[in-house]
Amino acid sequence: MQAITREVLTAKAAALLSDGTVDRVLGWKKGEFGYDVTPGVFIDAQQIEKDFEWGDFCAPNLSKYLLAETKKTGAKVLVFLKPCDTYSFNQLLTEHRFDREKVYVVGIPCEGMLSENLIKAKAEGIASVTDNGDTVTIATLYDGDITVPRNELLPDRCINCKSKKHVAYDELLGDEGEVIDSARFDEVERIEKMTPDERFEFWQGELSRCIRCNACRDVCPACTCEKCVFDNPKSGIESKAPSDSFEEKMFHIIRAFHVAGRCTDCGECSRVCPQNIPLHLLNRKFIKDFDDLYGEYQAGEEVGSRAPLVNFDFDDAEPAEAMERGEGDA
Amino acid sequence: MRKIAITKLNDLFAAIAAQQSLYLPVDTAAGAKFEQWSDGVQLSDALNTVRSPKDFFFPQSEDLMKFKTEGKKIEIIDIRDEHEDFVIFGVRACDVRAFAVLDNVFLSDPVDTYYKNRRDHGVIMSMACNKPVETCFCGTFDIDAADPEGDIVCHKTDDALYLDAKTDKGAALLESLSAITEDCDNSAVEAQKSLIKERLSKLPLATLTKDAFGEDKTQKYFDAPEWKELSEACLGCGTCTFVCPTCQCYDIRDLDNGREVLRYRCWDSCMYSEFTKMSAGQPRLTQVERFRQRFMHKLVYYPERYGGLFSCVGCGRCLAKCPIRMNIVKVMKKLGGND
Amino acid sequence: MENVKEPLIPSIGEVVDIRIDTPDIKTFRVVTPDGVKPFVHMPGQCAMLSVPGVGEGMFSITSSPTNEEFMEFSIKKCGCVTEWLHSMEVGQQITIRGPYGNAFPVDTEFAGKDMLFIAGGIGLAPLRSVINYCRHYRDRYGKIDIVYGARSKDDLVDYSEIITEWMTDEGVDVHLTIDNPQEGWDGHVGFVPNYVKELGFDTNKTAILCGPPIMIKFTLDGLMALGFEKTQVYTTLEMRMKCGIGKCGRCNVGSKYICKDGPVFRFDELDELPDEY
Repeated sequence: MQAITREVLTAKAAALLSDGTVDRVLGWKKGEFGYDVTPGVFIDAQQIEKDFEWGDFCAPNLSKYLLAETKKTGAKVLVFLKPCDTYSFNQLLTEHRFDREKVYVVGIPCEGMLSENLIKAKAEGIASVTDNGDTVTIATLYDGDITVPRNELLPDRCINCKSKKHVAYDELLGDEGEVIDSARFDEVERIEKMTPDERFEFWQGELSRCIRCNACRDVCPACTCEKCVFDNPKSGIESKAPSDSFEEKMFHIIRAFHVAGRCTDCGECSRVCPQNIPLHLLNRKFIKDFDDLYGEYQAGEEVGSRAPLVNFDFDDAEPAEAMERGEGDA
Repeated sequence: MRKIAITKLNDLFAAIAAQQSLYLPVDTAAGAKFEQWSDGVQLSDALNTVRSPKDFFFPQSEDLMKFKTEGKKIEIIDIRDEHEDFVIFGVRACDVRAFAVLDNVFLSDPVDTYYKNRRDHGVIMSMACNKPVETCFCGTFDIDAADPEGDIVCHKTDDALYLDAKTDKGAALLESLSAITEDCDNSAVEAQKSLIKERLSKLPLATLTKDAFGEDKTQKYFDAPEWKELSEACLGCGTCTFVCPTCQCYDIRDLDNGREVLRYRCWDSCMYSEFTKMSAGQPRLTQVERFRQRFMHKLVYYPERYGGLFSCVGCGRCLAKCPIRMNIVKVMKKLGGND
Repeated sequence: MENVKEPLIPSIGEVVDIRIDTPDIKTFRVVTPDGVKPFVHMPGQCAMLSVPGVGEGMFSITSSPTNEEFMEFSIKKCGCVTEWLHSMEVGQQITIRGPYGNAFPVDTEFAGKDMLFIAGGIGLAPLRSVINYCRHYRDRYGKIDIVYGARSKDDLVDYSEIITEWMTDEGVDVHLTIDNPQEGWDGHVGFVPNYVKELGFDTNKTAILCGPPIMIKFTLDGLMALGFEKTQVYTTLEMRMKCGIGKCGRCNVGSKYICKDGPVFRFDELDELPDEY
């Protein structure tokens, strides 16, 4: 269950609208079934009262929408950011992607967002989902009520939440949390321990499901190029579908390289993948390697921080080190 | 009508697979998907596959032809080959109707021979939906999940699978299975149909109608102010179009490996920014226009072109898979005034 | 399968002549490897030309159907495929498939009418086919007026054909204009829409417009002001196309596919379509 209620958020939004601090609110809109919320912009209290949603399904990270929102004229835009969203926010500021002055950030605590996929794996036909705190009751269309531990419905990114601390805000609702020493690299370690053949087979199996819908790229707060190389006819690698199995891997690997050092590990890529590919593991591998080779670094923790790949230090790992690591694998 | 005991389903699959390739939904860690049956493969109990079965006839990527060039000369190599016969088992009513939607496009003059080749060689064994879920709204488009279309229509009860041939292709296949199936009346199937119909009537989207849409509605909706709000969070990805069983837009591309040129086609999406981009200009400049195109095409343009048939079948895949959970139901409710 | 005709599989075309029309427009003459015309078409129809490995593109067939020996395409350099085509030498093979789309109603609605052709820049390419068709069957049509403009004298396509053939025809009036004064040009100077208004045609004509969108818009406005009805005015549309046969979805506007149901439209028909072309 979320620590603060929808009413706290709607009251805050209405107050900031009415005192003129902001003239619009970036939040989440109610869906058809309770779990299908859509990011949206609200311009008045009436609309907020009717459609604003806050709860276990407000997973979408709103920070990337600020690129478009801050280009609009008018007063500031209010955005609600969960702790992990604030890392994306800072990283976008580090990359000068929008004007900080045009945004009013309200930080909100997060107890983890439930996964629609995990709920649907437990029950077919969802009538409603009720969060009881430690457990969640799923009212089903055919099998009555099913009550399961809340933990079982959390996606990997929330089970292994890296931080409940907001690294950016103008105002905070509820209590501030702490950075968490999570087990987020355990799965990466498991894959590292595979033999190269096993690892190749693992990724081949996962990535062969890719349908090149680009949802992972389009939702990614680190993917903000105005023209992606994969959309550019002049790049020579513009493609909408893989022409062979080599290319479909390359799309994800090139993308992982491109966001390396900038990915905050928000996990949106895996959330939106319609083929359920655990894409965040590719990014986590990079994060883990950076931590090992250059010392711990968390993208988005501070505005203006220099990522290991764009910084030089006399203690930096030498290229030979990477070579040796590669040989160790083979 | 024929039937076979549930305990003997594998015998049925083996008998079909002995004649031709058989594909059916199986469970994987990433959800149900169509896979080729071989001994030991179990039929999934899931309502539907994550990916639609349109790939069987219109694969995501398909080689069309090859070229060899030498100096100023070009040689065109026709790489088409007769497709082998195959059976798709367990196709849901929505997805069967989707084939009819694709047929209108690919089989209208001039006929797309790549599609037709596959279509001619495929037999569809459809399956009624015992437990439709909240995202289902096939009824909106006059599709009956209790009584699907298909070459052979199947109903599954606790103890038996009932098979009813609806086409010559289906009858021929069912005839070849007569040794392991037995004749039966339709009482069990009728009871099953009533049960399903009752369930369908209680679904949350059961009251959604298509009445506000269809032919001659271009002027009414094209300039509707609602498009802006509906599309505001759209990421411009292709998820909805690629999980959709009826979306059929494609691109044709060349791959030059230095020795020969492969011309292939692949799915494309009207949601993509460069879909209509020309060197001379871009008629759909923002995501508002691209978003509008997709839904106008499904709800107005397609019915106008193809005799009133809608190109949405209510399968619910886009409802479940859109990264921002914007979808055709929300569009219909907002535009049609049922919001 | 090999015996069944697949519309996406092209045939070979050989470029037997290349004419430099303007600094960025060339006209290519294409025949089959056996030296004959690739296929029969009607004025306004298009063909898909491709260079394997580079891509395929839809182009108006510039030559008239009455030419039974070869086909011509006037192509402006503006993208990957066209750049490659411009770098070709005579004797190069390309691929060709078609004909695609509808045609101007030359044998029905146009029959017996006075014709007014208005083109700007490369917009003459699709009109050249109709103009030469009308000139060939001269007695089937009334008076022919051609208004053609370009940025400069050097940007006028088919200038020599215009001077030596069109201008010398009886009953054909050619009105040329260029955007800005230029040495060696003693003709009209000014934009096409204004020139049309200055010329002030009587409304007893069928008009065909082709050119940049901005020219079409103002010329149509001008014709309306002169008293023309939309049912008398035709144009030909351009959209991005891949298949050419009404399936790939790219050129879909409303319930129409420009490649199949177009590219020729009458302006009253365009009013029925969403404004997205």
